[in-house]
Amino acid sequence: MKKMQLEICCGTTCYMLGANRLLNIENEMPSHLRSHAVVKASACLGLCGNRDLAGAPYVKLNGEVIGEATPEKIFSRMQALLEE
Amino acid sequence: MADGSVFLRRELMIRFVRAFYRNTLETELDRIPIEMRPRQGGSSRCCIYRDRAVIKYRLMSLLGFSCEEERDEARTLADYYREAVTREKPVNIAEGLPLSVCEAGCSECPSAKVVITGNCRGCFSRPCMYNCPRGAISVVNQVSVIDYSKCINCGKCVAVCPFRAIVKTTVPCEEACPTGAIHKDSDGHTRICVEKCISCGNCFAKCPFSAILERSQLLDVLRSLQRKEKVVALIAPAAASQIHGSLEQLFTAVSRLGFADVLEVALGAEETTAHEAEEFREKMNNGAKLMTTSCCPAYVELVRKFLPDFMQFVSTTPSPMIFASELARKSLPGCKVVFIGPCVAKRMEAARKNIDFVLSFEELFAMFAGQGIDLMDCEPWPIARPAGLAARNFARSCGVTEAVLQELGGFKDGFKLDAKAINGIDKKTVAMLKLYAAGKLPANFLEVMSCPGGCVNGPCSLKK
Repeated sequence: MKKMQLEICCGTTCYMLGANRLLNIENEMPSHLRSHAVVKASACLGLCGNRDLAGAPYVKLNGEVIGEATPEKIFSRMQALLEE
Repeated sequence: MADGSVFLRRELMIRFVRAFYRNTLETELDRIPIEMRPRQGGSSRCCIYRDRAVIKYRLMSLLGFSCEEERDEARTLADYYREAVTREKPVNIAEGLPLSVCEAGCSECPSAKVVITGNCRGCFSRPCMYNCPRGAISVVNQVSVIDYSKCINCGKCVAVCPFRAIVKTTVPCEEACPTGAIHKDSDGHTRICVEKCISCGNCFAKCPFSAILERSQLLDVLRSLQRKEKVVALIAPAAASQIHGSLEQLFTAVSRLGFADVLEVALGAEETTAHEAEEFREKMNNGAKLMTTSCCPAYVELVRKFLPDFMQFVSTTPSPMIFASELARKSLPGCKVVFIGPCVAKRMEAARKNIDFVLSFEELFAMFAGQGIDLMDCEPWPIARPAGLAARNFARSCGVTEAVLQELGGFKDGFKLDAKAINGIDKKTVAMLKLYAAGKLPANFLEVMSCPGGCVNGPCSLKK
């Protein structure tokens, strides 16, 4: 199976609003998800735009945008993808 | 620890800076509380109206005003803004405080007390009752009950309960304050006592409601840069531990904000080291028993306010910030200097020592976010004269000691540097310092850092 691509936005806004903690997400990831995922830090994804700050930090999972990203939110989306 | 209140503070800073760069701050300020807490959305406190009030006061403090200054509740943020842009210099806090209490945000936590929880099983041995020194505990209807007219909050019952059914509640800001400067006034509102506060920022960092605010100089720096004034950024050595990039990239990012030059405060730390070592040698040769460091402004303020007899032992060497500002002014005469670091107390030191502005790392990064500058995209800045490793380590506990030891190099004189460090100022270490001041000297060189681990864990650090 192709591995899931998780990109963590490390633009300054996302970094300040929580992405710095998401960078260590692999350590928290349940092992069955970890073996199916590639995590990488990404340059600014350009999502916090002009006004839509409230959604930061953003991540992309296989290209799908997840706003207000937390480990739980990311894991449950990964689980859903895995089961599909 | 992830912390929602930190994110709120940072989001506001970013909105503030973005609006400034769009030249719409005056008209947008009063809209921000409503945009962030619209009628349809949820609230983080009791209701959106309370949230909006808190956001308003936070914006006031970003404009440089303290909440305590409010005389007219109906005054708009736009009006505060118009006042703020008429001032030539940031609000002078030299004899005041860099911190203020946001009454709307404060939960006015009930005073710390011992409480028997529902987990009490009314056991037969009743250690709580037998160990209470004041006879304040009795058993009524098979559960322990405290008579608060007798209880002295000693916590013995908490320690002996076999079911862990007794807890001692706490008021986080009061517990964090090393000097007892935070108290409730007769109306139950939290106040910071100017005479006792040492600006360490512990309350600011520990309040779970984030109700303690800093009086910011962000607007003053933004305006100064907009007017194309020559401003030199002095970057505290703690920066290296905070960022997701190299120090060289950080310098490039800072210069893109429009600063005329960027300097490492660690260059000043090199001079502090040399002077501190020389002062130590001289004092020891003259028979002094002890010298302590002086680069932590919260510690120096602690001595000034609470241990005046101890002041004779505090070194008179200027802090790295002062030396770095001299370097900046020498290379660019007439420039303004801004210290950028993780520290609250530096705001007070700067106000007294002719440093034009102080920014926190959070405020600096909000400026990056406002300008769309990403560290990872920045070319490394050619640092003409990189500071030495020992000087860059000033930001860590024991770093100053190591630098001075290295500077002294072997001991040719008749004394030996015997060092001890106080790593974090809290109620316990204040008591220890009082013992030292009373004559029980621990060593001949004492390093004191207000923040545990050193400046790298400062109250405005980015690592949270």
